[in-house]
Amino acid sequence: MSEPFQKFRDWIDNRHEYAKEWKATRNRRIAGYFCTYVPEEILIAANVLPVRILGSHEPPTVTEPYVFAMFCHLCRDSLAQGLKGRFDYLDGIVEGQSCLHLRQAYNAWRLHIPIDYAFYIHVPHGVQTRHALPYYTEELRKFKRSLGEWTGRKITERDLARGINVMNRNRDLMHKIYEYRKPNNPKLTGLEAMEMVLSSQMVDKEDHNGALEELLKTLPSREMDRNPGVRLMIIGCEDDDRIFMKNVENLGATFVIDEHCTGSRYFWNLVDSSIQDRLVAIADRYISRIPCPSKDWPELTRIKQAVNLAQTYNVQGALVIQNKFCDPHGIEVPPLREELKAVGVPTYPLEFDVTVPWGQFRTRVEAFLETLTGLEELF
Amino acid sequence: MTNPVKKYPTEPLKCWNEAKSLRTQYYENYLHAHKNGGLRWAGGAWSFSSVPAGLGDDVHSVTGEPYGATIAFHKDFASECHDAVEAAGFPRTLCAYMRNYWGAILLDKFILADGRVIPGYPTPDFIWQDHICCSHGKWYEIVKWLEKKKGKEIPMFCTDVSVGYSLTPPEKFRVDYIVNQLQDGILWLEKVTGRTYNDQLLCDAVWNEMKSTSLWAEVCALNQVIPTPIDEKTMYSLYVIGTLMKHRPECAAFYEKLRDEVQNRVDRGIAAIPHERFRVITDTQPPWGFLKIFRAMENYGVVSLGSLYSFGLIGMWEYQPDGKWIPKPLPSSKPATREEALRAIVEWTLNRPEWAHFYRPELKTQMMKSIVQQWKANAVLLHYNRGCEGLSVHIAENRLGLLKDGIQVFSFEGNMGDEREFDYPGTMARVTAFFESMGLEKLSTEGGP
Repeated sequence: MSEPFQKFRDWIDNRHEYAKEWKATRNRRIAGYFCTYVPEEILIAANVLPVRILGSHEPPTVTEPYVFAMFCHLCRDSLAQGLKGRFDYLDGIVEGQSCLHLRQAYNAWRLHIPIDYAFYIHVPHGVQTRHALPYYTEELRKFKRSLGEWTGRKITERDLARGINVMNRNRDLMHKIYEYRKPNNPKLTGLEAMEMVLSSQMVDKEDHNGALEELLKTLPSREMDRNPGVRLMIIGCEDDDRIFMKNVENLGATFVIDEHCTGSRYFWNLVDSSIQDRLVAIADRYISRIPCPSKDWPELTRIKQAVNLAQTYNVQGALVIQNKFCDPHGIEVPPLREELKAVGVPTYPLEFDVTVPWGQFRTRVEAFLETLTGLEELF
Repeated sequence: MTNPVKKYPTEPLKCWNEAKSLRTQYYENYLHAHKNGGLRWAGGAWSFSSVPAGLGDDVHSVTGEPYGATIAFHKDFASECHDAVEAAGFPRTLCAYMRNYWGAILLDKFILADGRVIPGYPTPDFIWQDHICCSHGKWYEIVKWLEKKKGKEIPMFCTDVSVGYSLTPPEKFRVDYIVNQLQDGILWLEKVTGRTYNDQLLCDAVWNEMKSTSLWAEVCALNQVIPTPIDEKTMYSLYVIGTLMKHRPECAAFYEKLRDEVQNRVDRGIAAIPHERFRVITDTQPPWGFLKIFRAMENYGVVSLGSLYSFGLIGMWEYQPDGKWIPKPLPSSKPATREEALRAIVEWTLNRPEWAHFYRPELKTQMMKSIVQQWKANAVLLHYNRGCEGLSVHIAENRLGLLKDGIQVFSFEGNMGDEREFDYPGTMARVTAFFESMGLEKLSTEGGP
């Protein structure tokens, strides 16, 4: 494996150690965030390291008093990490309004885990209305002001430009690397792509950009010593289940593209740096980005992006991931499957929980792969 | 020998049949709107229903949540709906009202208030919705998608109201965001219906809605007395009028009449149940197919006098400086222009008590504590409702907040709209054990323990 991919994996496996060391050496604050609707640009502008709070895929044993178990495993598992003290280095938490599930994780964290700073950004849901931009810009002004008060340092236009540049650079580099998933024998696996994007949400973007630049030097000449098998797409809720990715790819398949917020949806859209007012530019980016289904109404625009990706990356089939209890994604499953079917992409739905029953899933995924490639000879 | 429990006089509500008639007529009006040249629209109970009212008096709606609840009450039809939705590939963990509603469309059947199921789902002419919980906008997006598969294009407008909650007046830019959307919405309504919008009708509807929602709070406030004049099971049949047609003059008129009748019951000491001796409040929607829980509770002398849900889903309240929670008074004057009307209804709506908990669980806990104290409740029954993300959000935090203040809490799990997720015998065994732990014994038929 190329060194940068190992670095991405190490960053994920040792994310807390990385963050603690970052904090100690730079003497700066770290803020945890739950949803990718938090504008990291502004946190970076404030010299605060944004890190995404995610779960550990262990059965949550500590969240029951705080969150009713009919809410998704992501919110419960994320909260569990805080309750277990694994994010004890965080100085603050921020949430950008998305779903009710993560809102509970945010509020429970705010109420039960000692923290210096908590801010809830009312990101509009009505991203398809023309009034969302001025509204969200005003909301971001409040956030910027609040951050400035917390850190004791006014955030300047230059700071915002720096935040935008580093985020856009990160997005642009990951776009370039995703291009190498298009060839018949992709230069990276789906697991490696996931680890690249996931680690981006956990470490300093400058460090991450350095690793991405290194990777881009070697990736074109990388020889893959594996048969790519079936070209798959993975679509759906937040998904950082690396074991699942690895196991599926060991069955004779490669995930060549994804559509979720730990993949392409996280970095697909850039801030338009031609917009002079930088807060407007940031607000515009989060309003016009590929939406989470929670904000995708009255028109189903995300599905168009999923179909477009499926065609661009020449996928043979798609696994549709539904985190149990996630209404926004669950609601879209039938229309999503129908649209993909219409362009000749068969789909298979899987319901995820905090842990995945791989024994059952293996049989089901294998059967799906067989339908895509023709039945195996039994004798 | 133990003393018999005091027996209060009871009597039926005089306006009960009027409530039933209003509800029956509501669905009939929607069903037959086209016969009379009228329009039909679909949307949630929280949508800004006073806005489409500006299109004319012959514009009729079906609000989604009450319709989903009606289906839930009729369990056989609900079961058919669930099967249809699951067969279409939707997860069974989604909002239960939404699944019931979609199920009726998939089955192409329509249920009336009395439970009669008729063939042919009456397609709305347009969708007018708002969005605060994860499902609101998505619900009708799928309605649109399902109807399109039948060859029908339904235009949809959805207003984003997810701007947060404050006990103080909302910031102007938050109000502007919603008002501006509604301004666009009126132009959209004219475009999709071809009708000319009437601002006077809008102003009248906004004023009616303010009156209806304030009057309903006045009704609920009368339950502070002992014995409580109406119980929550009865209130479900009354508050529903507001969820169907809060902007209509007949709703405001009915609530005025109801308020006067309940006041009269208070004056005469008429009780909701004969042996009231333990007062509880509940939370979130009940499991609609199992309202007999409330009757079973009466066997212990337990009355549910309401909940933040039944008080505040439609009723509007506010805190006085002394901390008392009171029905929200009407503004000093009725709005006279489109802008005034929209701003007035947005500012009014953003104060809706059942929106607080979406953002800060502490606010809901505070309201629940106010109800416990002012309404003299002995305990809180929390329905962990698997059928509704929106009203169950933060419910665990509410439980902790109430317990912290020494309030007795009993929690039970169920589902407002999917009977497969409610264990009636198990719940009754636990709730009766809870009552017994509160020192209550089952009453004999004579009212004694």
